Amino acid sequence: MAPVSDLEIDVREKRYPAVGGAAPHLALKDLRITVRHAEFVCVLGASGCGKTTLLNIVAGLDRDFAGRIALPTGPGKTEPVVGYVFQNPRLLPWRTVIENIRLVLNPAQVRSGIVEELLAATGLQDFPQVYPERLSVGMTRRAALARAFAVRPDLLLMDEPFVSLDEPTAHRLRLLLLEIWGRRPTTVLFVTHDTREAVLLADRVILLTPAPGTVAAEVPIDVPRAERADPAILERLRRRLIGERANLLRAL
Amino acid sequence: MTLRSAVWKQAASFVAFVALWQLVSAFADSRLLPPPAAVLDRLAAGLVSGDLPLHIGITLARVAVSFTLAMLIGTAVGIALGRSPALDRFFDPWLVLFLNVPALVTIILCYVWFGLVEAAAIAAVAVNKIPNVVVTLREGARALNRDYLEMAQVFRLGPAKTLRHVVLPQLFPFSMAAARSGLALIWKIVLVVELLGRSNGVGFQIHLFFQFFDVASILAYTIAFVAVIQVIELAILQPLERRAAQWRR
Repeated sequence: MAPVSDLEIDVREKRYPAVGGAAPHLALKDLRITVRHAEFVCVLGASGCGKTTLLNIVAGLDRDFAGRIALPTGPGKTEPVVGYVFQNPRLLPWRTVIENIRLVLNPAQVRSGIVEELLAATGLQDFPQVYPERLSVGMTRRAALARAFAVRPDLLLMDEPFVSLDEPTAHRLRLLLLEIWGRRPTTVLFVTHDTREAVLLADRVILLTPAPGTVAAEVPIDVPRAERADPAILERLRRRLIGERANLLRAL
Repeated sequence: MTLRSAVWKQAASFVAFVALWQLVSAFADSRLLPPPAAVLDRLAAGLVSGDLPLHIGITLARVAVSFTLAMLIGTAVGIALGRSPALDRFFDPWLVLFLNVPALVTIILCYVWFGLVEAAAIAAVAVNKIPNVVVTLREGARALNRDYLEMAQVFRLGPAKTLRHVVLPQLFPFSMAAARSGLALIWKIVLVVELLGRSNGVGFQIHLFFQFFDVASILAYTIAFVAVIQVIELAILQPLERRAAQWRR
């Protein structure tokens, strides 16, 4: 039985070549992050600092970089399983909600009842046969969340999954994410440009510099999550995070 | 326009066409332009003798086989060219060549090279249609949404599931366009193939009637065959299209 392992990111350099009239772009430089097993890490940075690039490299979608990625493996597994919640839900519009989730599972997983369990957890139990385009925006985000947890990921990647939602809906979804994650703990790499979201969710916040993105600071958030629901405490955490890093975060 | 008034207008248009035909044939008063009643008579006779259904059935079978072959091969090649710029650059001139070879040339060459056999007839029709399918499906494959392909890759759907659930649904409108124009093109080419080198089918029969200048029979076969193709469009293609579009808002 293989022991659990950490996520290790070591990107020496990620460059986008010049395309058309655009100059070549150095997106990431000497970016080293280690995420422990079942740790929830938020990567915080201004738009354009290479956050999505980082996630795509970790997910294996982008292999054109210099460096090394070691994905975490769960107990008794050899092949790491990755779940990805994209900025856009990326549900197949021609498949129903339940078909979208079953699609990413093998037959044994489908039989295990995990799909129904997660539909219930995300409040979608009454809409399994609905096509995504007929759902509200918030509901499609919940379906994408259910799909990512359904594969029992060893690593969950999240790319600003609650962006462009109204704040009350986004807040409810953040709490939903914490609730599901609490019951199905896994290693999470969550990318955001929202400081309040970062301090609400994370065990540790990693701040990135503007491009070329590299680690500017690592800030553990050691207040228990139950207390962070209090807006006053959340605001204090946020101020402490910003603190002397006002320069770095001005763009946020 | 309500559905009912649309139906009435179509019926009126049809009646007007038959009336005009009747009028012209009465004026010409020639065996070479028989009136509608004479054509209807030949149609009935053909149905009773069983000749008409037999030959239409044979032609339809040829249409079905060559259509299926052309769609399968054309889709596979179209996806390959649409996804690989290198293959596309290499084979594009071949495609242009095949698109521009006249149907008649393909048919004659197939018969010359492979003999007057069924396989040569089917191949000739399929080869005529494949380049059109390739061009249409290549467009579709180029326009595949990258977001969904990345989703399929991260969640490890594998080639079979990716093709079935991610790629083919996106290609469906392109397949339908190719199928529509394909059906219209293929049945016309099948008649030529039959005329040139087969001893049965609608094309062969029309050739036979041509020897006797039997225009009434030619028209009877034409009308029957057009009706059958129309039924295929209404009973198969359109319901298929509606079913595949049900997820749209």
